[in-house]
Amino acid sequence: MVMTIDCKGMYYRKLNKMTQNAVAEGETEFVLDNVNGQRYIGNGINEKVKITINGVPGNDLATFMNGPTLIVNANAQDSIANTMNSGKIVVHGSAGDVLGYGMRGGKLYIKGNVGYRTGIHMKEYKKQIPVIIAGGVAGDFCGEYMAGGILVILGLNKDDDTPIAGDYFGTGMHGGVIYVRGDIDESTLGKEVSIQELDKKDDKTLKKHLTEYCEHFGLDLDEVMSKPFVKLLPVSSRPYGNLYAY
Amino acid sequence: MSSQIPPEFTVIIDYDRCRRCRRCVMNCSFGCMQFKDKVVPEHKKCVACHRCVTYCPESAITIKKNELAYKENANWTPEMRQNILKQAETGGILLSGMGNPRPQQILWDHMLIDACQVTNPSIDPLREPMELRTYLGRKPNHLDFTRGENGDIELGTTLQPQVKLDVPIVFAAMSYGAVSLNAHKALAMAAKKSGTLMNTGEGGLHTDLYPYASNITVQVASGRFGVHSEYLNTSATVEIKIGQGAKPGIGGHLPGEKVGDEISRTRMIPVGTDALSPAPHHDIYSIEDLSQLIYAIKEATDYTKPVGVKISAVHNVAAIASGIVRAGADIVTIDGFRGGTGAAPMVIRDNVGIPIELALAAVDQRLRDEGIRNNTSILCAGSIRNSGDVAKAIALGADAVVIGTAALIAMGCRVCQKCYTGNCAWGIATQKPELVRRLDPQLGAERLSNLLTGWSHELQEILGSLGVNSIESLRGSRERLRGIDLDEQTLNLLGIKPAGIGQ
Repeated sequence: MVMTIDCKGMYYRKLNKMTQNAVAEGETEFVLDNVNGQRYIGNGINEKVKITINGVPGNDLATFMNGPTLIVNANAQDSIANTMNSGKIVVHGSAGDVLGYGMRGGKLYIKGNVGYRTGIHMKEYKKQIPVIIAGGVAGDFCGEYMAGGILVILGLNKDDDTPIAGDYFGTGMHGGVIYVRGDIDESTLGKEVSIQELDKKDDKTLKKHLTEYCEHFGLDLDEVMSKPFVKLLPVSSRPYGNLYAY
Repeated sequence: MSSQIPPEFTVIIDYDRCRRCRRCVMNCSFGCMQFKDKVVPEHKKCVACHRCVTYCPESAITIKKNELAYKENANWTPEMRQNILKQAETGGILLSGMGNPRPQQILWDHMLIDACQVTNPSIDPLREPMELRTYLGRKPNHLDFTRGENGDIELGTTLQPQVKLDVPIVFAAMSYGAVSLNAHKALAMAAKKSGTLMNTGEGGLHTDLYPYASNITVQVASGRFGVHSEYLNTSATVEIKIGQGAKPGIGGHLPGEKVGDEISRTRMIPVGTDALSPAPHHDIYSIEDLSQLIYAIKEATDYTKPVGVKISAVHNVAAIASGIVRAGADIVTIDGFRGGTGAAPMVIRDNVGIPIELALAAVDQRLRDEGIRNNTSILCAGSIRNSGDVAKAIALGADAVVIGTAALIAMGCRVCQKCYTGNCAWGIATQKPELVRRLDPQLGAERLSNLLTGWSHELQEILGSLGVNSIESLRGSRERLRGIDLDEQTLNLLGIKPAGIGQ
């Protein structure tokens, strides 16, 4: 059974309570129609349910989320996947700032562009490795403070004059990896990262995640992979290790 | 580069008394005590943690300040010179541990409490009920009552979540990482026993502490370490940490050496990696953003728990606190400039922030003026040293106080201020297994509970002498405080009259 909720004019507390209660009663699939800025969708749900969102969801989509799959058939706003533990979010559009802040697991796939501070302080723990893939370009401070996880910026359909990411790319990064399709202007990088060639393991990882990404958006994997990738790695896992006098 | 820094302390061994049992050598975690043909101290390494002194069965050890090392100078104090030497050798930021030790005026010591004589008799707490219980959480603007079918009066107002404290004293946020797991266990056990709260700090909650959930405040700070929905729900309250009194505006940094298996599991980061807590929360750049996180947490905990916000006492603290309350915080914790820390840049610890007494008075007054004081509980932190400070803080407007350093001292801390080295000889601020095991959680909990019991008795005595029988009756009752040796402006800021003036 699919539970359909017309969200027109509905306050977020009512909407989220309805979905949480239905999940508690065993509902596994939801379609939310006429969504228009309701916050915190997917928050507080610890089951592997599927929620299709028709309309633009509000800030903090999937905050603290642990399990669900969210399909957004529109653009999305700021702070998606904030401190998320597991699950998947697919956005058929562009998204705002501070995506995946402190994200520890799960997947965030964005078809279009992403704003400032994407993947900030993303981390990983054992088998929990978060993945963010953005199809378009990213804003400033992309991958800032990153401590783990995988961040991929594809820059599909961008013209040659548009940089793939803004300034301070990877500033303060001390873990994880960022894959970038095409070239990076080194002057935009933070001083804590360096550009490296991909090895075989990288190719395998990237292909695995991009295969899934392309399936969601109906993209041709070979075409996406046709342009060479580079990766950004932290220069040190302890960028601030020698800062102090004891 | 060989170090030119003279020893801070001199360790004197009374060889007539010493029976060469080597207990001092085993107990010294800073590598100061060595045994050659007799105990030989390496003075430079002594931090005056008193572990050897305490455990020497013959009381044969004395530690003295190395008085003669520096030529006297009121301006260039030995500490100033030592710090410059350290930085000349390393080029680093001076790290410090515990609270600001400088001799700035301590305002608690310039406030005196009233007592009853003759006309409004005092109460004897030994014979009469004396209520120390208090509730943290948002209180309603007014209460609605209805009469039920059987004629009973029933409360019509839906109350917001409240947390009951049997004593108006909670333990401060200290992370597992900054302190040991045994210290965390002791705090949790004591909180349960004494009917109060411990606070996880920014470092996650070890699963061993899950049974103490109803006595735990879990913290959400900028690094989001170990934060997930189970963590948020394994608690009595959730606290968003914006600032800390010892280091306003500064983040945290747990060095990789301290991130072993258990800390890795609790913080959910790989073993050996640095745990960096950035200075700001990157999803909070405004009061509206703060509100967004408060309600994200309320959504994740189904509106069943008070959600608090902790800030440092800074110049504009009253306006900030007002914004925080309007953002939806059920508890506001204000941490003054003497608040403790496991590690902070010394220049920040000793120079940034304002005294908690002034901050508390300003916040309480502002919230009253704006008619929103009932919307939040105020927790007052930043060097509460005794039950007198507790009573004064409550009279100035706090709902309850927070103790960190006092709790550590109860567990054995000697305030040697070397928390950041990870070598704590008392098993508190360390992750080394051989040192952690020195702190018995059961014994630590007993000592902590004893402290709270002692302070509770004293608070009851104070309330009794004031002629009131509950904490609620003292809260915000500034008329019962008087100031001594304070200038007029400070008295006005504190909202109290000078000693010598009656009604």
